[in-house]
Amino acid sequence: MKTTVPVAVAFLAGLALVVSFFFREGTFVGDISQELTIWLTIVGGFTLLLGVVSITRVNWSAVKMRKEGWGYKLLTLISIFAMAIPAILPESWSSLFGRNEGSIYDWLFVYLDSPMMATMFATLAFYIASAAYRAFRARSAESTILLLTATVVMLWRVPMGEAFLNLLPGDIPGFLNSYVMNGANLAVQRGIIIGAALGAASMSLRIILGIERTYMGKG
Amino acid sequence: MQKIRDYIDLRPIAFIIAYIAIDFQTVLAQEAATGVFRTERINALVLVFVFSTAILLYTSWARKGKPLFLRKIPGLDAVEEAVGRATEMGRPVLFVPGIAELDEIETIAGISILGRVARITAQYETPLMVPVRYPLVLAAGQEVVEQAYVEMGKKDFYDKDTVRYVAGEQFAFTANVNGYMMRERPATNIYMGAFFAESLLLAETGNAAGSIQIAGTARPEQLPFFIAACDYTLMGEELYAASAYLSKEPVMLGGLKGQDFVKMLIAFGIIVGVILASLGYGATYFSWFESV
Repeated sequence: MKTTVPVAVAFLAGLALVVSFFFREGTFVGDISQELTIWLTIVGGFTLLLGVVSITRVNWSAVKMRKEGWGYKLLTLISIFAMAIPAILPESWSSLFGRNEGSIYDWLFVYLDSPMMATMFATLAFYIASAAYRAFRARSAESTILLLTATVVMLWRVPMGEAFLNLLPGDIPGFLNSYVMNGANLAVQRGIIIGAALGAASMSLRIILGIERTYMGKG
Repeated sequence: MQKIRDYIDLRPIAFIIAYIAIDFQTVLAQEAATGVFRTERINALVLVFVFSTAILLYTSWARKGKPLFLRKIPGLDAVEEAVGRATEMGRPVLFVPGIAELDEIETIAGISILGRVARITAQYETPLMVPVRYPLVLAAGQEVVEQAYVEMGKKDFYDKDTVRYVAGEQFAFTANVNGYMMRERPATNIYMGAFFAESLLLAETGNAAGSIQIAGTARPEQLPFFIAACDYTLMGEELYAASAYLSKEPVMLGGLKGQDFVKMLIAFGIIVGVILASLGYGATYFSWFESV
C-alpha cells in the first residue's frame, strides 16, 4: 500500500502531463498541466513548515548543547525569525511590517541579504582562477591543446585581447567564433544535451511506469 | 562548389516526397484551425511513441533474461570506494542532491542515487550529511535515507537530521555547505543533481578540504567546473543512468538500452540530415524536426 499508492499517483500525474502537452490550452486536458503546477505550489507551500522545523531543530540542539560555533547557530535562528515574523505580520499594524519598502523585511533584504549573496557570487572569480590553474596544466598532448585553446579563447573574450588578435594576420576572432565556439564546442554541447534529454525522458518513463522506484527508497 | 543535384536529377523523388508532405500538412492545417489537438506537436508524439516502444521492448527482453551489456561508468564504480575511504578515515560523507526543486528530473535522479549511497553509509555506519535547499526535497530525502537504513537493518543508527534544510537562497545554501566542508572536512563529497553558479564554489572548497569528490549533472555549462575540480564526473545521461547502473536490476537496465537505441536513431537522423543538406534537399526534413 505504501508503495502502490505513490506509484499509482506518479503514473496518473505523469500520464496526464504527457497527454496535456498535445492538447490546446482552454481545453480540459490541455489545462491539466497548469492545474497540476498550481497543486505543486500549494503542496510546496505546506512543506515550507518542514524546512523551518528542520533548520530550527538542527540549530537549536547545537545551541542547547553549546557545540563548537553555537553562537553562529544562534545568530542563524535569530536571523530566520527576525526576517520571517515582521514579514508575516499585517502591514496595517505598522509600516515596519509586511514586505513593502521601508519594512523590516525590506531593510534586511536590501542591506544585508543582497550584499551577502553578491559577495558570495563575487568570490567565484577567485575560485575560477584556482580551478583554471589546475585544469590548464600541460601534462599531456590533450591538456596542452586544451591550454592553448583556452588561452586564445580567453584572450579573444576580453576587449584588449581581441584588439591584439586583430593586429595579427588572418581573421583569428572569426576563426575562433566559427570553428572553436560554434563548431567543436557547440557540437560537443549538443551531444551532451541530446544524451541528457533522452536520459531525462527515459527516467521519466521509468518513473511513470513504476519501473523506477528508487526515488521513494524502494528497489 | 557544384552540388550532387547538378549531376543527378532528383526532382521526381523530391516531387513525390513534397506531394505527400503537402497533402499531410493540408490535413494538419485544417485540424489546427478548428481542433483541440496541437497538430504542430505530432512529430513529438511520434518520437514519444518510438521512444516508449523501444524502452518497453528492451525492458521486456531484460525481464526474459536477455543479457544486456552496459559500459563501465568509473564515477559510479568509485562511490563505494569513496564511502569506504570516509569510513577508514572516520570522517563523514557529504551528499548534495543539487539545488533545484523536486519537480526537476535531475533532483529526482540525485535522490535516487542518495538512496544507494545511504545504504552503503548505513552498512559501514559512516556519518552522512545531506543539505537541501527545498522542503519538498527534504521530505523526499528523509524518506529515502530512512528507508535505506531500515533495509540495511541499521534503523538505530539513522539520525533524522542527516537530511537537513539549510537555506532557501542559492548562495546562503552554498555558504552553509562550504562552511560545513571546512569545519568537518568530510572525506567524500558527492554532488548529484541540478547545479548552477555554485557548482565551482562547492567543488573548489571540497578540493581545498582534501575530500575525494564525485559529481554528476546534466547541465553542460556546469560540467567543465566539476571536471576541473572533482575526481570523477558523471556527464549528462550518466546521471540518469546512475540509479539503474547501481541497482543492476535487469528491468531498469532495459530502459537504458532502449534509450541507447533511440540515440542511435537520432544519430542516423543527423547523418541523413547532413546528406540531405549537402544535396540541397534538407528544408522539409529540417522543418519537421524544428518543432520537436
